[in-house]
Amino acid sequence: MSSREAILKAIKEAKPHDESALPEVNILHTTYDDLESKFATTLASVGGNAVQLGSLAEIDSYIKEHYAEATVIVSTVEGLHVGTKELGATDDPHTLKDVDLAIIKGEFAVAENGAVWVKEADARHRALYFIAQKLMIVVPKGELVHTMHEAYTRVSFDDKDIFGLFISGPSKTADIEQSLVIGAHGATEACVVFL
Amino acid sequence: MSHPELAEKFAANVERMKWHDKALWFVRVKRDNQSKSLDEWEELRNTADKIKSHTLSHLDEYLEQFEKNALARGIRVHWAKDAKEHNEIVLDILRSNGAKMIVKSKSMLTEECHLNPYLEEHGIEVVDTDLGERIVQLRKEPPSHIVLPAIHLKKEDVGTTFEKFLSTQKGNADPTYLTRAARAHLREKFVGADASMTGVNFAIAETGGIVVCTNEGNADLGASLPKFHIACMGIEKIIPRLKDLSIFTRLLARSATGQPVTTYTSHYHGAVEGGQMHIVIVDNGRSKILSDKRYIKSLQCIRCGACLNTCPIYRRSGGYSYGYIIPGPIGSTLAPSRDLKKYYSLPFACSLCFSCSNVCPVKVDLADQLYLKRQDVVDAGYLSPIKHNALKMATWLMCRPKLMDFAGFMARKMVPILPRALLYSKFNLWGKNRELPPFPKNSFKELYKAKKGIK
Amino acid sequence: MKIGLFIPCFMNELYPEASMATLKVLENLGLDVEYPLEQTCCGQAQANTGCAKETAVLAERFFKIFKDYDYIVAPSGSCVSMVRHNYAQFLDGRDGFERMRSHTYELIEFLHDVIKPTSMNATFSHKVGIHNSCHAHRELGMASMSEKNVPEFSKIKNLLDKVEGISYSELSRKDECCGFGGTFAVSEEAMSTAMGRARLQDHLDAGSEYITGVDMSCLMHMQGLIDREKMPLKTIYIAQILAGDVQ
Repeated sequence: MSSREAILKAIKEAKPHDESALPEVNILHTTYDDLESKFATTLASVGGNAVQLGSLAEIDSYIKEHYAEATVIVSTVEGLHVGTKELGATDDPHTLKDVDLAIIKGEFAVAENGAVWVKEADARHRALYFIAQKLMIVVPKGELVHTMHEAYTRVSFDDKDIFGLFISGPSKTADIEQSLVIGAHGATEACVVFL
Repeated sequence: MSHPELAEKFAANVERMKWHDKALWFVRVKRDNQSKSLDEWEELRNTADKIKSHTLSHLDEYLEQFEKNALARGIRVHWAKDAKEHNEIVLDILRSNGAKMIVKSKSMLTEECHLNPYLEEHGIEVVDTDLGERIVQLRKEPPSHIVLPAIHLKKEDVGTTFEKFLSTQKGNADPTYLTRAARAHLREKFVGADASMTGVNFAIAETGGIVVCTNEGNADLGASLPKFHIACMGIEKIIPRLKDLSIFTRLLARSATGQPVTTYTSHYHGAVEGGQMHIVIVDNGRSKILSDKRYIKSLQCIRCGACLNTCPIYRRSGGYSYGYIIPGPIGSTLAPSRDLKKYYSLPFACSLCFSCSNVCPVKVDLADQLYLKRQDVVDAGYLSPIKHNALKMATWLMCRPKLMDFAGFMARKMVPILPRALLYSKFNLWGKNRELPPFPKNSFKELYKAKKGIK
Repeated sequence: MKIGLFIPCFMNELYPEASMATLKVLENLGLDVEYPLEQTCCGQAQANTGCAKETAVLAERFFKIFKDYDYIVAPSGSCVSMVRHNYAQFLDGRDGFERMRSHTYELIEFLHDVIKPTSMNATFSHKVGIHNSCHAHRELGMASMSEKNVPEFSKIKNLLDKVEGISYSELSRKDECCGFGGTFAVSEEAMSTAMGRARLQDHLDAGSEYITGVDMSCLMHMQGLIDREKMPLKTIYIAQILAGDVQ
């Protein structure tokens, strides 16, 4: 008998008898009067920041102003001209290790926790999200939900989807004597732009 | 050594014990702030409990569904009956792909299987990449908390370790400076790694994918650079539907660290371009727990650590006092389930205050389990004969009220006249740090009988 | 209504005044109370040490002695918790057990839930720190638990509010365990005393004059530390406040 069979057999024999159905997960939950404001406040509390901009050109200027030292920039956002490197140009994600700023697309934002759902089917290297020193996520204006309940109604993984994630602010750790340090191994800064 | 002795040692350094207690209580308070910000908090817990409990009753079906969906995505699925097989499978995957150095992110399962030393014996360099895990790895210590591995260390301790291994400035214990040094050091490892390993927070039966929840970015950086990603999971990590994550992602980080969510909630449904993704599903004693309805709920645990943070004993005795990779209340039921003889003292490392059961996001009945485990210890004969006989004698006496009254009467006569040195000898365990209560002249019963005119 | 008074074994021997105060509080409310003389112990020490066989013997004994009373009242959250939660393992399904079980109350919850007195006719002009004993607190639901997101309430405070002159201290950890834990007090002595000291420091910082609660065992443990370390604190069993033993 293979281990697989042995394990499944052991489980079949051990499991309790219980006919209760799976519960409803969309329970009555907290909602926020001002989604944008709640999102911005929560994101700030986890070390990120949110801005509302009007056009791609404005994003260009914003980047020039706030990320002046960034020399290697990768953008997956069509229409932005600040990129110095193409994500799809290389087979090897290791070549992204010098990326100062990555500008990526988010689908929607979650007010309760400052998270953005990122699922770029055409992003060749997911490493970009974590290896870049700084991250900017561009989300369509107004695409905000209250909580993860609404969020998961908009998340799906069909046959072709291989990766997606929620990103909430920059990477962080409190592993050294509970002192919060923003910027662990992932991005040291995370900005969400509502366009 | 068992818990009481190790706990006493830890608590003997009063200043450090108080510091450790305060640090963990702070995490408990952060958790409370989050839980009280959501009116639906208790309903979230109820729902999570129901999802997990339903899942356990259909565990084989969901595991088969998960495997089918994972395989359809090109993810390779392996099954390991025990720790030995788990380690062999991992080694085999690494060897057959020529991996010499791997980066690893937090997985209590791999600690349980003692994977690191096994791989190292077989010539593979293993780099733990969570900051806390890397710190203890360099110090050759085990983690002392399942979420905050280095909570027992002061920043100066980390400073001296990094001076030695990362050549940081002497005497610099600034957490930001040290974290940046670890970032630079570990970046090299991520970039140079041949393969990566992660744990699994949730495995989704409906889609065949897995979810990894982290703050630091190390798990994801590790899993996205090298071509080979191995994710290890216990059989109990399965959840039925993608939407079930709405409940768990709202509970996990709030319970663990008092954050609304972890920085990264990554849904892995396939390997990187040209890569391979492997999932190792591990039993290692879990199906045995599944069969015992008294302890089955311990399989619902999502490893948030909230029970550790609230436990007044864990906070004052530290993770090393338990002798098991998972300490605190959840460890004190899981460890004896694994080896009752070795871990007999853990269910007693508890005053049955019930705080743990209240903070558990999935409503594991922790305190009830610790109470029942004590009966298992006694039934197996692991209770000290002195204690057992004393309680047998006490029970005998308690069936004979007149005799008990007499014993009480004698105690109340004798104890007040005993010399202090005799009364507070080393045999008086109560008296080590406390005064005995004053022994009164009459018992309540005597006063009651006098009051009611009963002879 | 005939009430069977159950006095914890150690209270009978060591705290006759606190036990008498319990009787007095009930009788002052005009209740018919009897203390069955054959009672001894609820078996908690045995139960908490995992000695199920021995616990079963004492559970049977308790059941036999108390099952015919309308209510059973005890000045102890932990003993009552034994009966309400732990006896079922041995007595579940027995004729009369469920009735007895559901009519066994700790003193304060009995007053709060069943008798509902409008006044207590007592004065206690002191600052009191309420110690929320774990079994009463989390198993009997005597007050809202800090871990849970539920509306705040306290049956203990509700009763004490009826006492003239009383004031309360604000603790930083409202319901952390004091470390008595029964046999835990001795088998994990270092933890027990460290936890007790932490509670007492909280009371000192909060300015408690008296510490009170519904479990004499917690108070005994804390008083033991107070006496050894000569702390400026006093413990008093709650019935003694309500009975007007100390003003």
